[in-house]
Amino acid sequence: MRPSRPRATRLLRGYRPLRPGPDSFDQRADRSRLRSRMVALVLACLTLMTLDHHAGAHSPLEPARRAVGSVFGPVESVSGDAVRPVTAVGDWFRTRRSMQNDIASLEAQNSRLRAQNATGDYTRNQLAEFQGLTSAAGTLGRALVPAHVVAYGPAQSFSRTVTVDAGSDAGVRPDQTVLDDDGLVGRVLRVTPTTATVLLIVDTESVVGGRVGTDMNVGFLRGQGGLGDHGTLDLELVDQSDAPTKGDTIVTWGSHGGAPYVSGVPIGRVTAVYASLRESTQRAVIQPFVDFGALDLVGIVVPSGTSSDRGVIEADGTLQ
Amino acid sequence: MGVAGGLVLVALVLQVAVFPHLTWEGIVPNFCLLVVVASALVRGPAFAATLGFFAGLLLDLAPPADHVAGRWALALVVVGYVAGLMRQDTRPTATTVIVTVAAASFIGTSVYALSGVVLGDAVAGSGDLVRIVLVSLLWDVLLTPLVLPGVMRLFTRLEPASA
Repeated sequence: MRPSRPRATRLLRGYRPLRPGPDSFDQRADRSRLRSRMVALVLACLTLMTLDHHAGAHSPLEPARRAVGSVFGPVESVSGDAVRPVTAVGDWFRTRRSMQNDIASLEAQNSRLRAQNATGDYTRNQLAEFQGLTSAAGTLGRALVPAHVVAYGPAQSFSRTVTVDAGSDAGVRPDQTVLDDDGLVGRVLRVTPTTATVLLIVDTESVVGGRVGTDMNVGFLRGQGGLGDHGTLDLELVDQSDAPTKGDTIVTWGSHGGAPYVSGVPIGRVTAVYASLRESTQRAVIQPFVDFGALDLVGIVVPSGTSSDRGVIEADGTLQ
Repeated sequence: MGVAGGLVLVALVLQVAVFPHLTWEGIVPNFCLLVVVASALVRGPAFAATLGFFAGLLLDLAPPADHVAGRWALALVVVGYVAGLMRQDTRPTATTVIVTVAAASFIGTSVYALSGVVLGDAVAGSGDLVRIVLVSLLWDVLLTPLVLPGVMRLFTRLEPASA
């Protein structure tokens, strides 16, 4: 019988028939054996694919995967460990100097961050205090030097003054307006390098030009010298005929050159209006917005851009 | 069969654990395919197809494989058969070997990708697919001179077909 050639090997030039044996595929018998083996193998593959495809995570092949994985897992980790030093050879050539530079820069960064962290809490508290003052600066459109009230003049000296801890070193000068985030506090009387004396508006010597918010009438507010709830102001309007109504807000009228009072600072609210028998004018009692018994952080209005020993809160809210 | 099994295991370890450190965009040379082609050129399609089935099965089951089991088995069965048809009783020339390996690599990766498309298993976009097929072909052809002669000699000496 003539041996029939397998179709594929006709592509090779110099084809010679294979010697009969288990590896030949020339004879018809060989080819039918080969064909049945291929069918079996391909069917096995398709069966595996079907089994594994639909089942997903609960595939019947998972135990086989686990078994093979338990054998190959250690092999893979061992060979990974063996290969890793080889791939890490490049790092060995890094010089000692470059590592020293790295250490130095990391240490510097570290200490900088540690310092930032340590002052973080203090800075946060300061920020909370300053936020009220900053909003006042923004509303007014003026630069403020922040200061704390550190001493009260005794009431038995019949003078209502306080000491603040900002002085000429902080850019404070006499005859500057002092306010807090509630309203007008007073004016600076005199300064030392580190402190300033502030005359409160409730002092009997204090006269503040004020403007009634609703009808823009102007008048003068004089302190009555009292404390707490008794610390009221007396408003005398320039135009005697117009009487202020109860509940009106009074703001500063503003002095020439902004000294001693800048304009637009809220002072207080009208609580009562009465006619003065002695002078036949209408007078009003003003309750100040500021609680003079509880003064803490105040701002002193300074010209924008003043150099100071502390941060100056500018009108746009930045700290210079 | 012992030598064949051992060679497949070594090929699998090289392919999965060692060569991933030296890849280009994750494409490793397909050592299992090279072993199957070597056995096909020495022992013929029947032996190579069976070896391809078991090698592909191992490739499907060994971690970190996550695709549907049987895809590489099918690909390597086809590769074993096609390469086995190139078998001659005399030693094949270098050209024959390289051409066989190139064709086998192309067919194997394509069958694998096509089975992925049919099954809806994870498959790359067509641009990536072409690139993967071509790069793996290049890898396999590059490694042919290093791998094939030795493996073919092993098969000839240690597992001659009993007449």
